[in-house]
Amino acid sequence: MSAALKPEPTTKGAVPFLVVPKDGAAPYLAGSKCGKCGEVVAGTRLTCGKCGARAGMAHVKLGSTGTLYNFTVVYRNFPGVPVPFISAIVDVDGGGTLKGNLLGVEPDPAKIRFDLPVNIVIRPVPQKDKDGNSYLAYFFEPRA
Amino acid sequence: MSNDVYVVGTDMIKFGRFPERSVPELGAQAALMALDDCGLTIQDCQAVYSGNLFEASGGVGQRILREIGQTGVPVVNVANACATGATAFREGWMAIKAGVYDIVLCVGSEQMGSGLLGGGGGSKGIPTEGLLGSGTMPSVFAHVGLEHTRQYGTTFEQFAKVSVKNHHHSTLNPKAMYQKETPLEEVMGAEMISYPNTKLMCSVNVDGSAAAVLCSEKKAKELGLMGRAVKVRASALTSDPYTPRNIAMMDFNAVTRLAAKTAYEMAGLGPDEVDLIELHDCFATAELVHYENLGLCKDGEAGQLIDTGATSLGGRIPVNVSGGLLSKGHPLGATGIANIYEITTHLRGEAGNRQVDGARIGLTHVVGAGSACAVHILEKA
Repeated sequence: MSAALKPEPTTKGAVPFLVVPKDGAAPYLAGSKCGKCGEVVAGTRLTCGKCGARAGMAHVKLGSTGTLYNFTVVYRNFPGVPVPFISAIVDVDGGGTLKGNLLGVEPDPAKIRFDLPVNIVIRPVPQKDKDGNSYLAYFFEPRA
Repeated sequence: MSNDVYVVGTDMIKFGRFPERSVPELGAQAALMALDDCGLTIQDCQAVYSGNLFEASGGVGQRILREIGQTGVPVVNVANACATGATAFREGWMAIKAGVYDIVLCVGSEQMGSGLLGGGGGSKGIPTEGLLGSGTMPSVFAHVGLEHTRQYGTTFEQFAKVSVKNHHHSTLNPKAMYQKETPLEEVMGAEMISYPNTKLMCSVNVDGSAAAVLCSEKKAKELGLMGRAVKVRASALTSDPYTPRNIAMMDFNAVTRLAAKTAYEMAGLGPDEVDLIELHDCFATAELVHYENLGLCKDGEAGQLIDTGATSLGGRIPVNVSGGLLSKGHPLGATGIANIYEITTHLRGEAGNRQVDGARIGLTHVVGAGSACAVHILEKA
């Protein structure tokens, strides 16, 4: 009867700070904002990594736009990972920095420019885990 | 009597691939070689500090003693990313510095296997590698290099020159994994792994071990070991201080700058007084940024520094004369002590064809993902 105890497959974030609200509200990227120095980082923290204050780390939604700080084009990876792809570092407007895939730009170093304005979009991905759960991930796209 | 600490014996095995051997066997071999180098035995050592990353939970230090003599002394097993070997060395240094022991053995050993290191996710949920950027080490250090490009316009060719230089140096080092020239066009034309790091700009996965016997000044004098002794002028270890992007993009710069500053202050000298350096060229992109992190040139001038040949053997400040991680190889837990071996060998004037003439002061640097950085400054006694 163990099969009956198996939870129903659900949709999750590919990383813990991609929050999928249970009430059906729009998924978002979660950050923490220090109550003392105001520093914003992606994810949750017990206290502030910058100032160490215990003033409290407020749960905030990260912005949905940013600029390309840095990138690399990845040509060789583990078996099963499609290449080439652009691994990008994006400074999020309003605070925080993310690493993710930059889409909508040819994966050619000569065609990628620093400081490209991007949108941060959240989308379903084809991958499922062994329990059949579906996942959402975030991506960067050039902002028109 | 001062409480200065000296390297009295050190050695490393020729780096290579030894799948038929165990990590403790590799470590034991280097340990015996280092003990032989100073004419001591394991019976003389009051403690053992063993660095190994991939078998960190396996009591590697104790297993080494099963190979070379179970004397019952305290054994400390150390794991600290690529700074593992250097951290083991530093723990031994601190114990003597504190006056607890007079003679200790520090060993670093690692068996690497092959393939990419790093990568994201997998333990819970779905693997994130290639979905949310890349966490492989070639990519992480590609980001490090392109940040320098962003700031200063550093070129693919300048990064590639690091590899040409270090591979050339390794032709002079019989203990390096490779002794093979790699002309610039070959480096730049090799398979691109993660731009701008081609395959020949990535460190070599090898198995290896290195060891050092550390001794108090009092004991070294008693034993008549001062003739080839090398003083540890400074030992610094840092973790990454907060920088705004370091959660998404590991910051190997701030952690290195902090370690370098601490070490220079402890030694009471500056980068101008250093005669040679073994730094963490895990990827060609890394070596260039560490020129600036270690103060070998001003910020923004690293590309120019490699162009002028200043960091080649015979130049103003030779870097990675051993061949570096790019060609000597990078067995993670052994690397930090192998660097100590290389610098000590030069300070003793025993480096043969690759000897840096008149070397008096040398610096070693390792930095591991996470991040941990260790810098040691050594001086001929």
